[in-house]
Amino acid sequence: MSTELLIAIIITVVGASTPILIAALGELVVEKSGVLNLGVEGMMLVGAITAFVVTFTTGNHYLAIVCAAGAGVAASMIFGFLTLSLSANQTATGLALTIFGTGFSALAGQGYSARPVTLLGPLFPAELATHPVWRVLFGYSALVYFSLIMVVVVWFFLKRTRAGLILRAVGENDLSAHSIGYSVIGVRYAAVAFGGAMAGIAGACFPLLLTPQWAERMTAGRGWIAVALVVFASWKPFRLLAGAYLFGLVMTMELYAKAGGGPLSSIPSELWAAMPYLATIVVLVLISIRRDASSNAPACLGRPFLPSN
Amino acid sequence: MPNRLELSGITKQFPGVLANDNVSFAVKPGEIHALLGENGAGKSTLVKMIYGIMQPDAGEIRWNGEPVVVPNPKAARKFGIGMVFQHFSLFEALTVLENIALGMDAKVPSRELEARIREVMATYGLALDPHRTVATLSVGERQRIEIVRALLLNPQLLIMDEPTSVLTPQEVEQLFTVLRKLAAEGCSILYISHKLHEIKALCDVATILRGGKLVDTCDPKQETSRSMAEKMIGSGLKDIVKPEGRSFGTPKLVVNRLSTLSTGHFDIPVRNVSFTVRAGEILGIAGVAGNGQNALLDALSGEVRSDDRDAISIDGLGIGGMDTTERRRHGLCAVPEERNGHAAVGDFSLSDNSVLTARDRLGMVVMGLINSGAARTYTGRVIADFAVKALGPASTAGSLSGGNLQKYIMGREILQKPSVLVVSQPTWGVDAGAAAAIHQALVDLAAAGSAIVVISQDLDELRALADTLAVINMGELSAARPVKDFSVEEIGLLMGGVHGEAAA
Repeated sequence: MSTELLIAIIITVVGASTPILIAALGELVVEKSGVLNLGVEGMMLVGAITAFVVTFTTGNHYLAIVCAAGAGVAASMIFGFLTLSLSANQTATGLALTIFGTGFSALAGQGYSARPVTLLGPLFPAELATHPVWRVLFGYSALVYFSLIMVVVVWFFLKRTRAGLILRAVGENDLSAHSIGYSVIGVRYAAVAFGGAMAGIAGACFPLLLTPQWAERMTAGRGWIAVALVVFASWKPFRLLAGAYLFGLVMTMELYAKAGGGPLSSIPSELWAAMPYLATIVVLVLISIRRDASSNAPACLGRPFLPSN
Repeated sequence: MPNRLELSGITKQFPGVLANDNVSFAVKPGEIHALLGENGAGKSTLVKMIYGIMQPDAGEIRWNGEPVVVPNPKAARKFGIGMVFQHFSLFEALTVLENIALGMDAKVPSRELEARIREVMATYGLALDPHRTVATLSVGERQRIEIVRALLLNPQLLIMDEPTSVLTPQEVEQLFTVLRKLAAEGCSILYISHKLHEIKALCDVATILRGGKLVDTCDPKQETSRSMAEKMIGSGLKDIVKPEGRSFGTPKLVVNRLSTLSTGHFDIPVRNVSFTVRAGEILGIAGVAGNGQNALLDALSGEVRSDDRDAISIDGLGIGGMDTTERRRHGLCAVPEERNGHAAVGDFSLSDNSVLTARDRLGMVVMGLINSGAARTYTGRVIADFAVKALGPASTAGSLSGGNLQKYIMGREILQKPSVLVVSQPTWGVDAGAAAAIHQALVDLAAAGSAIVVISQDLDELRALADTLAVINMGELSAARPVKDFSVEEIGLLMGGVHGEAAA
């Protein structure tokens, strides 16, 4: 394999992994607070169409990213209001949010399909990335570096800050956190909003980083992979990073397999597409086999907070 | 010097219940003040209002002489009010240090916090490793976390809600030493308990609540346990009527070298446990929580089956390989410790919960169809006979208070007239009047010829109830002897003596 091809593959893998990583980091924080938001896919689509429309009308990519984050927050607040303020079932509401996001983005995107925008360019000046090896390090757009920085930020926040400790406490035992005097609902709203912003930015990756146009359902299930990845990584940010790149690699392999890329095509592309999910199931089985105190799943995950009981 | 805490005319109304009705009392600085009352007497509501979890509808709280409003627990802690809850508000997956940090309102760097924790532990003789994960700790150690957490705030008033229900006699003594030392330093203590002899040993003043009203404030050292219990329940307390000089029948339940496998949970498996319970006999099994009681109960009830068919036998029939349903058919009923979620399904009606354990013995299922009339009638009988406070057989198990659910579960099993009954913590969280009723029902069941095994941490209960007693420690059971032959000290030593943790 030539160096050029290898570098091309690495860059494709990084690109494919970035939106999953960003969305999964958001979902990790949400789940650590005890909330299961299955609406990631829907929020990503809302973010994707927002980013596309803003880029199309203003040409400003960074404004587009900010607006996508805002749109993600807005979508997540629908979920937050229903599940946190009205104690609706989180699973059903999350699924509804995904359906809503899919429909809403398709509606808002009418008339925008097949209209091109420009991709977000590399963050660093091109002179830094002349050599192929330097390209692997400095050839990416700001979104990629953002995703990597956020891994460290999320890890530091959860492990080392008091606010992160409170968030974990709320996800671990909401009633106790309440009785100590923390606002369970408030913390969860904040976490859900963060998850929404991250999902919105992850959605923005699609028109800005991967394919410079709008297509209905262009996130193609990556939101679901992000949700699966959180479990796969057992709620640990650095494992999430490794998992996201692993899944990104598998998805890139799928593309190569589809394109008839030599030995890879001997495995059907459908199987490649199913690989992240199969891997998640295998990991879940492994986790449940050696189930102990360190299984790390937030104990209150998906349970509505009902302080009166 | 003004009173540390003074309540006047505190009233709290819930839909359908007047939880506190014009309650007034005062706690002096350095006083250990007992708050006594049955379940539902309004003790919890009252302390929740002092700690700011709830707000009174009427009345005034004075703190060091000043009228105050306590809007939330944070404000309470700011005043210097600490609370140790009955159900620990701990986070299992977090470390001791993280748990304590969560209870602190001021931001303290974790290194400094650790130093302060070690200092408090040294001052009061509380041993604990700050970096252990809570899930790996015993109940006694968990309680120490709560106490350390409260003490770090230098409280002027410490509220203790049923603190001794899970401790060995030695651990109780250690706790009392800490509390007396605190009181001597001027910290007031509001001590909620239903164990009257502890209140007599520890407290200076006792305030007794009944039905939300204050019925008496007395000096517990001048009262007898009995007189306080009668004030609590408002009528004469019935003794357990145990026919003297009973003779026991033939061996009913024989356990022969029963061992279980480690489950990977935090309960210890049992090793080579052997005992015999005869018809009419009540065997008490004492021990500190987490010494194999759960494993023993699971093995006896059939939740965990034994490879050895003859490890457990009823009337000579080996039942070791049978599951719970088959064992129930052969007359063995069991009540696990965990009421909600194990002994009963919270979201099911009481009727449906009755069907779950009594279906075979009482013919509630005919050809796969539930005879709901029979289930309702039976549940109604349980509710009536055991004075369960519930709207009726259709109310869900989860809507009952802990003590009432316990009464229902005990009634549900006892009225099935099992020939062998195995119960864990039969009166946990149940008030004195109801406990006496449950004890009497167990004695009557034994008198009718059943063999009964009672697993409990409450020594008073075992001494009153059991004919023979054995002690479980680290999964091993001591030989059973007549209960009269044991002194409290001896039981305490057996419970904790070998177990290094309790002896420390």
